[in-house]
Amino acid sequence: MVYTKRSDGRKMDEIRPIRAQVGIVPNADGSALFATGNTIAIATVYGPKELHPANKRKPDRAMIRCEYNMLPFSVSERAKPGQNRRSKEIGMITENALSAVVDLRRFPQSVIDVQILIIQADAGTRCAGINAAAMALAHAGIVMKEMIASVSIGKIDDKIVTDLTKEEEDWSEGEGATDIPFSLTSNTKECVHLQLDGRISTKKFKEVIDAAIKSCDKIFEIQKRALKGEIIDENKKDKK
Amino acid sequence: MEEERLEEISDNNFDEKTDRKLVIPGEIIVSGEDYLPGDFTKKELNNIVANRYGLAEIRGRVVKIIPVSGVFEPRRGNNVIGIVSDINFSGWRMDIGGPWGAFLPLSEYPKFINRNNIEEIANIGDVFSLKILGVKRGSVDLTLKFRGLGKLEDGRIIKINCHKVPRIIGKEGSMINLIKNKTGTDIMVGQNGFIWLKGEFENERKAEEAIRLIERESASEGLTNKVEEFLEK
Repeated sequence: MVYTKRSDGRKMDEIRPIRAQVGIVPNADGSALFATGNTIAIATVYGPKELHPANKRKPDRAMIRCEYNMLPFSVSERAKPGQNRRSKEIGMITENALSAVVDLRRFPQSVIDVQILIIQADAGTRCAGINAAAMALAHAGIVMKEMIASVSIGKIDDKIVTDLTKEEEDWSEGEGATDIPFSLTSNTKECVHLQLDGRISTKKFKEVIDAAIKSCDKIFEIQKRALKGEIIDENKKDKK
Repeated sequence: MEEERLEEISDNNFDEKTDRKLVIPGEIIVSGEDYLPGDFTKKELNNIVANRYGLAEIRGRVVKIIPVSGVFEPRRGNNVIGIVSDINFSGWRMDIGGPWGAFLPLSEYPKFINRNNIEEIANIGDVFSLKILGVKRGSVDLTLKFRGLGKLEDGRIIKINCHKVPRIIGKEGSMINLIKNKTGTDIMVGQNGFIWLKGEFENERKAEEAIRLIERESASEGLTNKVEEFLEK
């Protein structure tokens, strides 16, 4: 079977309907929700604050401490709560991506705590997590040079497809599925995070980059609107 | 002496009408050769780019951002309220919020201290009105050797967004004096967003609610009238 049509009727380069909002956790210094389709992520930011234990402090800059977790009910098979190999990895890549834009020298020896929770998972959770975390950081008034947006680009059979769902990620016919989570900065379009799961040719990869830049631009626009106080829900708009 | 202090904090002349818009990090505020980057902005090619979430303000040629969220950034000369969090031989560790711990050395206490009973002067949980002497990398030095500083007995502490403090105080202390007079509560506002309240239980609550109202609606106009209305209810 050749892959010609997506099961949810989207175009090949279309992202799922997005939901975005900031300030969902009033206690935190900054917080945000970001959802694409059935994937929902929330992120909170606390700090910069004093880092304990003191021996972990960096003398010349602040530290970002990022924690990613999936809620037990976020997937159909109960996810065991707490850190595991996968969540540690995603926490680390998020940390690295965010460190590229945050001005860490402003508050040496302190720590910025970023917590990401996946409420519901349907592929692309790390991308939703990074999008939510970037919004939460901005909302927390942290000095950063630009925003970050993240999207997962995939190759199903030989087609380049944007923002995969779990169903598409598990495609096994033809050339199979390749999943490439991609994070970009808003102004300079620098790549701050890139992973690749599967196989892809160099030529196709260039198409992936173009698709990522295009989708990220749309996400930046949504992040901007959400941070300016709008409650975005593209699902509702479609229904009307 | 109180008045003097209030003026110092409220000199943020927020009442002047200027064009302000909410910007996010990385957003281009204005383009063109005529503008200069101010607080939290950067010049990239011909554009002035925001580096922080907040209200962008163009005054003359300078473009700056007024923060609306985030933790307290200690600066020399800030009047803050601190809670004693630890005691050691050389002084008191204070919680003033913000990214670093703060320290009040014994030498900055205005009176003679017997080193054997430091706890009697200030124990853990005690509240002080303090001034920031200086900010070193990773720590904040405090002092009590100024007029109007000292221990705040009884009362309780509420914490608000420190960027709303100028709003709470109002022009030359107009707002805070309004709340003080109408509720008969003693109020002390620290620039770190810690507010100390002392009065009758009901009045204290009324004062807190008024402060929360200001915090919530800090962007709206005619706030003094709104608060006055609320207090007379």
